[in-house]
Parts: sequence; C-alpha cells; structure tokens
Amino acid sequence: MAAEKKKINYGHELTKGFLKENPVLRLVLGTCPTLATSTSVVNGVGMGIAATIVLICSNIVISALRKVIPAKARIPAYIVIIASFVTMVQMLVKAFVPALDESLGVFLPLIVVNCIILGRAEAFAGKNPVLASAVDGLGMGIGFTAALFCMGTVREILGAGTFLSGIDTMIGGSFTGFDFTGLLAKIGLAPMTIFILPAGGFFVFGILMACANKIAEGKGLKKAEHNGCEGCPMAASCAQKKAEEAKAE
Amino acid sequence: MKFYIALLVMGILTQNFVLSKFLGICPFLGVSKKLNTAVGMSAAVIFVMLLATAATYPLNILLDKNGLGYLQTIVFILVIAALVQMVEIILKKYVQSLYKALGIYLPLITTNCAVLGVVILNIDNITNYASYNFGFGHAMMNSFAAGAGFMLAMVLFAGVRSRLETADVPKFLKGLPITLISAAIVSMSFLGFTGLVEGLGLLA
Repeated sequence: MAAEKKKINYGHELTKGFLKENPVLRLVLGTCPTLATSTSVVNGVGMGIAATIVLICSNIVISALRKVIPAKARIPAYIVIIASFVTMVQMLVKAFVPALDESLGVFLPLIVVNCIILGRAEAFAGKNPVLASAVDGLGMGIGFTAALFCMGTVREILGAGTFLSGIDTMIGGSFTGFDFTGLLAKIGLAPMTIFILPAGGFFVFGILMACANKIAEGKGLKKAEHNGCEGCPMAASCAQKKAEEAKAE
Repeated sequence: MKFYIALLVMGILTQNFVLSKFLGICPFLGVSKKLNTAVGMSAAVIFVMLLATAATYPLNILLDKNGLGYLQTIVFILVIAALVQMVEIILKKYVQSLYKALGIYLPLITTNCAVLGVVILNIDNITNYASYNFGFGHAMMNSFAAGAGFMLAMVLFAGVRSRLETADVPKFLKGLPITLISAAIVSMSFLGFTGLVEGLGLLA
C-alpha cells in the first residue's frame, strides 16, 4: 500500500486533532455526546476520557487486523471491535466511577455509535500501521476531550455558577470544585439555567464552532467543508455509492 | 391507556429525542436541508426503530435469563446492523417504490445513535417505570413516539433552514454555527411543553 510507505509524522498525527482537524469543532463528528454530556466540566471530560480509551484501543486492533478484514464486511467488523471495547469501558466505569456511569447514562453504551470512533477506523486505522493509528486515536481523543472541556466550562460557569463541581466523586479527595453562586448572589445575579438546558447546549456549540473557524481562518487553514454528510462515518462509502448510482443511471 | 398517551406526548413534545435528549443530532444537522429528505429519513428511522425494538426487547429477556446482560451493547448494535441490512435487501427486491424513497437513508441509520438509544432506553424504562408495568406494548409505543418526535423536529427544522438559506448571516457564523444557534431557538420553544404530561394528569 502506498500509504504505508509514506513517512509518518507522529507529531502531526498527534496535534492535528487539536485544532486543524478537531473532531467536534471542525469535522463535526460526535455531536450527540458533545451536546448531551457537556452540562458540566467533570461530565464532559469523563465522557472524553472514556471515548479516548475506546478510540485508542479500537484503532490499534482495527489497524492490526486491517489486512485480515475483508473490505466488504469491514463496517460490521469494526462495529463488533468497537462494541467490545465499549462494553469493557462500561464495566470499568460502573465498577470504579459509579457516579460517572450515572451521569452519563445511556451515552456510555452509545460510544459504540460515536461517529468519531467509526469515522477514524474508516478514515485512518483501516489504512495505516498500528503505531500511527494509536497516535491518531490519542490525538483525536485529546481533541474531543478538549472540545468537551471548553463546552463544559462555558456551560457550567454560565449555567450553574460552578466550575469543576462534582470532581470529588470522580477522582476522590476533598476538593469539590469552585462555587460562584454566592458571589453572584451578592451582586444580585443568578446563574443562567438556560445554558445547562438543551437549548444552551446548541447555542454554545454554535458559538464555539464559529470561534474555531475564526481561529483556523486566522492560521490560514481552509474553512471546514460542510456538505451535509458531516457527522456520518459512512460518508466515504455512501459518497461512493452515490457515484456508482449516478454511473448506473 | 393513559400511560400509552403519556409515552406518546413525552416522546414527541416534552422529551423530544433530538431537541431535549440529544439523540440523532447527526442526521438532524445533516439531512434536514430539504423537507422531502427530512421526511424520508425520519420515516426510515421510525420504521427501523419499531423493528429494532420488536427484535431487541425479547432478546434482552433471553440475555438476562442466561446472565449475559453485559453483552447488551454488542448484541443490540449487531441486531440493528443486521436488521437494517436485511430491510434494505428485502425492500430492494420486493418493494421497489419504498426502496427508492427510503433506500439511501437506510445505511446511515445503522450508526444513528437515536436507534441504539431508543432500544437501550426501552430496557432502562422497565426498571424506571416498573410501577406502570412497562412491557412490550409500551416499548413499541415509546419507540414510535421517539421516531415521531424525531420526525417533528426534522420537519420543523427543515422549514427553519430553508429560511436560513436566504438570510444575511455574518461570515464567521455561516454554515453550521448559525444552524446550531437556530436549533437552540427551536429547542427553547420546546421548553414551553415542560410539565404538559403532569398537567394533563397523564403521569402521576
């Protein structure tokens, strides 16, 4: 394969997920968990770490098996591999961080259908060697977690008037996060609850995406393409399908 | 009967899958550009949701009986993937007209979190609504309501987006950012339904 002979720049694979190809803000993948779990920083980062672990593991296995998996059956094969890792992570979280399991709820098993993971399997791990795929998974996972951290910070501070609240239930210790509500009440203000409600999630996500585009533009990166197929890991195979159908007609 | 209506109202209005539970956002943003594609996609989603619930609900009982509850995620996603593939093949062979209408959306539905979400939530509901004896019929109703809610959100939003196309939007907000901000406003309007189920006396 030509792609394998190409020299791989590990630094680039690691850092591209942060801004240039940030999975959430630039590639618009994994929007559902981003919106749903970013009501607080701790929740969002917990989700980000869980997804990152699954992403790295599944990238490694898929890349190691890339010559064994037949091209036609690759999507079901990827899904089984990803689902196995999600089940493992689910069990570990349930056992060691039950508070996180409770707050993520259905979104923990839903990591299976997180577009980022299947998307990376399809776009990268299925074509590249093991180490590069692991680094790609780590980079993308960090990008995802960073986006969730930003969303969570804005939504938690504005919506609940706290920062890092509930951190003691995740990592132990006596630090329970910052609480600004008392300070706000002194000047006669209350937190804007709308920001932790779904509507605020959409709003903050929109604004953050605009900021990411602005920063990327300033750095001379081209504007992210949105063709209506974003957010869909099957985009590659489905665009192919469309082309085939067009040819048949 | 009351509980069935409560499930329907919750699924469509008060706990809308897209706008308040954040499930199925990808197709919501991706295929809501035109009204007819929005309707086609939602019809396919309702269809697959009902099928998937009919298949996974009994399967879950089987898994639980054998102490294999932890395999839930793997089994469910495989069942959904197989079902979608099967539906596609059957429609292609026997119901050409339906295949032409829904066919292109079917492969996208395998990885639609709304479908896996609804079957998992149905299983969770067995314990959450234990006092209402949540059973197979309720699960089917819940799936239908979730799908109908998805359709409502898609159709409403397709209307909003067609207006957005001609609007003069600041350059950095063009495209998805402004779409998300308008989704926030649509979602905010759905907040108005809060308390509807309790207010109508449908749910104690």
